[in-house]
Amino acid sequence: MCATCGCGEGERRIEGVPEPHDHAHAHAHDHAHAHTHADGTTHVHSHSHVHTHADGTTHAHLHSHDGEHAHHDHAVDGARLVSVERDLLARNDAIAEQNRRRFQATKTLTLNLVSSPGSGKTALLVETLRRIGKQYPVAVIEGDQETTADADRIRATGAPAIQINTGKGCHLDADLVCGALARLGAPPNGILFIENVGNLVCPAGFDLGEAQKVVIVSVAEGEDKPLKYSGMFAAAELMVVTKTDLLPHLDFDVNRLIGNARRVHPGIAVLRLSAKTGDGMDRWLQWLDAARALRLAAD
Amino acid sequence: MHEVAIATALIDLVREEAAAARASRVTRLVIEIGALSDVDVHALRFAVDAAARGGLAEGAALDILEPPGTAYCLDCETSVTIAARGAPCPRCDGAKLLVQGGDEMRLKEMEVV
Repeated sequence: MCATCGCGEGERRIEGVPEPHDHAHAHAHDHAHAHTHADGTTHVHSHSHVHTHADGTTHAHLHSHDGEHAHHDHAVDGARLVSVERDLLARNDAIAEQNRRRFQATKTLTLNLVSSPGSGKTALLVETLRRIGKQYPVAVIEGDQETTADADRIRATGAPAIQINTGKGCHLDADLVCGALARLGAPPNGILFIENVGNLVCPAGFDLGEAQKVVIVSVAEGEDKPLKYSGMFAAAELMVVTKTDLLPHLDFDVNRLIGNARRVHPGIAVLRLSAKTGDGMDRWLQWLDAARALRLAAD
Repeated sequence: MHEVAIATALIDLVREEAAAARASRVTRLVIEIGALSDVDVHALRFAVDAAARGGLAEGAALDILEPPGTAYCLDCETSVTIAARGAPCPRCDGAKLLVQGGDEMRLKEMEVV
């Protein structure tokens, strides 16, 4: 169910993965997964909808068969209504669930880092990885429309990283992460950081299989971001306020930012830090340790 | 711009459901896009039109239901309707609202021949 085989969607690329239509399933997960064929059949989410596709067959070539899919036979010519009631992102959600099960199996804490472009996500990650060092396994999936610049910065710390380029796409989806996992693997008992495409709108709706979303806002942005991009702040469990070393130079009211975030999400946790000076980094690392401990403790 | 991704997902679903229903053409789609789903309905219409081109749902009418956002106000302990996340409680002006609905994106039904 991965991007590695669901390709052909323009300029989506996963570093090191051969380009389009190479259906060699060299990757590790061997669940009997289906591809989305030209006739539109996919089987992975058949559990979530009203029709029974238990036989896993494709339907486009069954038209001449009588007796198949009797539940759809209406013996009426002309227009008829078909009740569907399926979530539009059901396919993404089903793949996200597969990713999540995989993280459960390896006890990997997976964090989906979301923000505007330029909030300092990569700088925060680089400093975080430097401080974690060899204490436990880490890995990074970097999402950007173009370039491998960010993955290169991460790899310079010694941590394994893979770059996903979404081309014109404005967000990562579960499929792309599944493809990246096939190459990168999930760090057992460690932390996988997924740095999403810089965008406070689109990534909110696309579950990647992460344990939590962490939204990152720099003090060089506006205090009203949580109100303008409320979906993301509602979806995130933690807000990290970055670049606090710049505060003396700015008219930025951190408390107003926090107040706005809590209007949208009353329970959101907040950390403030500067990756540059190191101020607040210890509390962020404590938060990571605690989140990882929860992951390790749970089945 | 994720309206394109959502439109593509919709047309994939439609193709699958149409095949299961042994339909040769889809003439109407009824979808639900909640008021809090962060989807621009105009952009979505445009994207669905483009995504449907060349397939069995080309030219299908698109009915979009837009259920309102609903939330529970922790201050006045009432279920209320809100226009946006972060909006104050319309009854007591409280700011602590737990969103309960209005972010759904669903294909509800389709008319086929």
